[in-house]
Amino acid sequence: MTDFEPKIVAFLCNWCSYAGADLAGTSRMEYPSNVTIIRVPCSGRMNPIFVLKCLMNGSDGVLISGCHTGDCHYSEGNFYARRRFAVLKSFLGYLGIDPRRFQMSWVSASEGDKWAKLIHELVAEIKEAGPNKMGKE
Amino acid sequence: MKIGVFVCHCGTNISATVDVEEAAAAIGKLQNVKLSVTYRYMCSAPGQELIKKAVREESLDRIVIASCSPALHEKTFRKCAEEAGINPYLIEIANIREHCSWVHKEKKEATRKAIELVKIAVAKVARNKPLKKTYVPIEKKVLIIGGGISGVQSAIDISFAKYPAVIVEREPSIGGKMAQFDKTFPTLDCAACILTPKMVTVSQNKYVTIHTYSEIESVTGHVGDFTVKIRKKARSVDLDKCTGCGACFAKCPVKVDSEFDMRLGKRKAIYVPFPQAVPNVPVIDREHCLWFQKQTCGACKKICPFGAINYEMPDEIIEEKFGAIIVATGFTQFDHSVYGEYGYGKYKDVITGLHFERMANSSGPTGGRIIRPSDGKEAQDVVFIQCVGSRDEQKGVPYCSRVCCMYTAKHALLLKEHNKDAQAYVFYIDIRAAGKNYEEFVKKVQDEYGAIYLRGRVSRIFEKKGKLIVRGADTLSGSQIEIKADLVVLATGLIAQGDAVELAQMLHIPYDQNKLFTEAHPKLAPAETITSGIFLTGACQSPKDIPDTVATASAASVKALGLLIQGELEREPLIAKVNTDLCSGCKACVIACPFRAIEMKEIEDKKLKRKRNAAQVIEGVCTGCGNCTAVCRMAAIDLEGFSDKQIMGEIEAL
Repeated sequence: MTDFEPKIVAFLCNWCSYAGADLAGTSRMEYPSNVTIIRVPCSGRMNPIFVLKCLMNGSDGVLISGCHTGDCHYSEGNFYARRRFAVLKSFLGYLGIDPRRFQMSWVSASEGDKWAKLIHELVAEIKEAGPNKMGKE
Repeated sequence: MKIGVFVCHCGTNISATVDVEEAAAAIGKLQNVKLSVTYRYMCSAPGQELIKKAVREESLDRIVIASCSPALHEKTFRKCAEEAGINPYLIEIANIREHCSWVHKEKKEATRKAIELVKIAVAKVARNKPLKKTYVPIEKKVLIIGGGISGVQSAIDISFAKYPAVIVEREPSIGGKMAQFDKTFPTLDCAACILTPKMVTVSQNKYVTIHTYSEIESVTGHVGDFTVKIRKKARSVDLDKCTGCGACFAKCPVKVDSEFDMRLGKRKAIYVPFPQAVPNVPVIDREHCLWFQKQTCGACKKICPFGAINYEMPDEIIEEKFGAIIVATGFTQFDHSVYGEYGYGKYKDVITGLHFERMANSSGPTGGRIIRPSDGKEAQDVVFIQCVGSRDEQKGVPYCSRVCCMYTAKHALLLKEHNKDAQAYVFYIDIRAAGKNYEEFVKKVQDEYGAIYLRGRVSRIFEKKGKLIVRGADTLSGSQIEIKADLVVLATGLIAQGDAVELAQMLHIPYDQNKLFTEAHPKLAPAETITSGIFLTGACQSPKDIPDTVATASAASVKALGLLIQGELEREPLIAKVNTDLCSGCKACVIACPFRAIEMKEIEDKKLKRKRNAAQVIEGVCTGCGNCTAVCRMAAIDLEGFSDKQIMGEIEAL
């Protein structure tokens, strides 16, 4: 189990979290390479099917990260996302998926350090959750 | 499909951690990838030339650049693609610098991840569609809501550029709160002397239209094309016929407390709020007018030599189109009745700063005498209490109102100027005098005008033998203090107008927990709102003094002019699009859209052979957030540039 390297997909809103991850890069903050970033305009753009599709494709973890509440570039997209994905998360257990595999975070464009720290923690947590067996038969 | 992939070394920024050659070779094997090459600096002129040459020679139709963040060079490469003859939206950027080479050390891992990021971009670009920027026309007129100093200044600035502006003011005259002030800090200019010439200038300006005694009824549309309904309340006096002679209000028998004079003086039922009012045309207060209440009197109509009085005048609703809107609705005073300990309402001689302004004014209700409203005697010992409502999370607002320290200092000075035997005591928490010559002004009031500043709060005010006993703490000396005062002046804070939320909802602009309108960015876009085409100025955004208000008015005007001057608006094509065949007309997207960019429109359903409603995106308004796509149950609405297909393609490529 120790050599398990999880595969994690992160959907980042263009204005806050994507820029926050950019800042982590500009500041040369090292973090594990398990996370692959996909850019979306807003966390509110995220359809639950995107998350489920990742998990069914065998991703071990999925992260959605947007602007802090009140800071959404589109004023309220992250509120929609927060509500929508709180529901999804509560359903994951019912679907037989470890809810730890799906996480949300709020990272601003100035929080490069928060982003790097978050990835360290996320990777550790998904490692604990173990490999996702879905789609790998 | 022929995709060209261009992997940048970025000097050694990428190539030190990512084996770019290995990555390019691996990507070259992907489906649809015709060419995969590397170069030291793709963004440089020779780098872009290399891309253009490759497009020509290999007849590429889509491009992926593996380089730095799209935040840096997406525009550069879109332009490069366009110059190479490819639609600028048929490119994608794989961010292998900020998200890869700079955050990973192990070369093998970084190379693997870089390849994966490029794979995603290749999968996405294969699903991109050629898009075109759109252009929407702009109505070249600005609506200014509020005719205080900020609205007046905005209108003047806009007229300088020879663009038309329309001021809508709900009171019978423009001028706002500033017209009520006596002197202004720290220069002690008389407020009326500097404001009224501006009011006259703006009223005579051929580019400016003023609707006083009017309110905004509704706002629809979007940047460049707002449709606004304005209710012109029945003034009962014909604006065109009236000459402002004043015969009517001289004759009117009804006396009512004057709102302008803070109820310290009287006005008539037909009145102009103050002598320098613009327009200098009276209005009939129908609630108090005998004609409207009892169908008697009619004196004003009889006396008017111009036949300007019209009791039958109805409210009129006019509709106008605007390209931009400036919100300049200002503030209202904090209602300090929550502070029972200060005895406001119970003791006549506890007043607010605005009452003091009116008293100090030589054309005010007391003719410039600072008196006790209870008995009309001149006030000798006056206690000023700062931060009434401000900086009080329990009873008031958490923020500092910014102007109270200064206006209280000014009041202490004016008190002494009006009555050299008077003594001012000021209870304060901190003195906030951050402004040009502000600190010096406060010091002058303390040193030269003998105002006694006491650092502490007042716990109670009560009456004893005709005097107000003000009991408070002086925290600097650590003692309890009691002052026998003739008059207590509360420095009430500045808060949002009572109907600010209503207006914000009408305009679809955000407001904060204090109901103050929120700017697009607190530092870098202070005059804009996130709703394009709507700008903010003055105290409706946050408490401001006059210089700041005037500065923000000019800022908002420049922003509005910058918009109007374009003639038409260029819009990114990365916006939502509805497939009306699939749309069921459930309106979920209409509700989810933060920008009111979706409306329902009747369409001809060819299958059903009848008309039905379907969603339609207003191109000029949609900002491309994609909220609508996620709520659509029919998958009828999609987002260009981040379509379901594109994102699914990215996921599948992982």
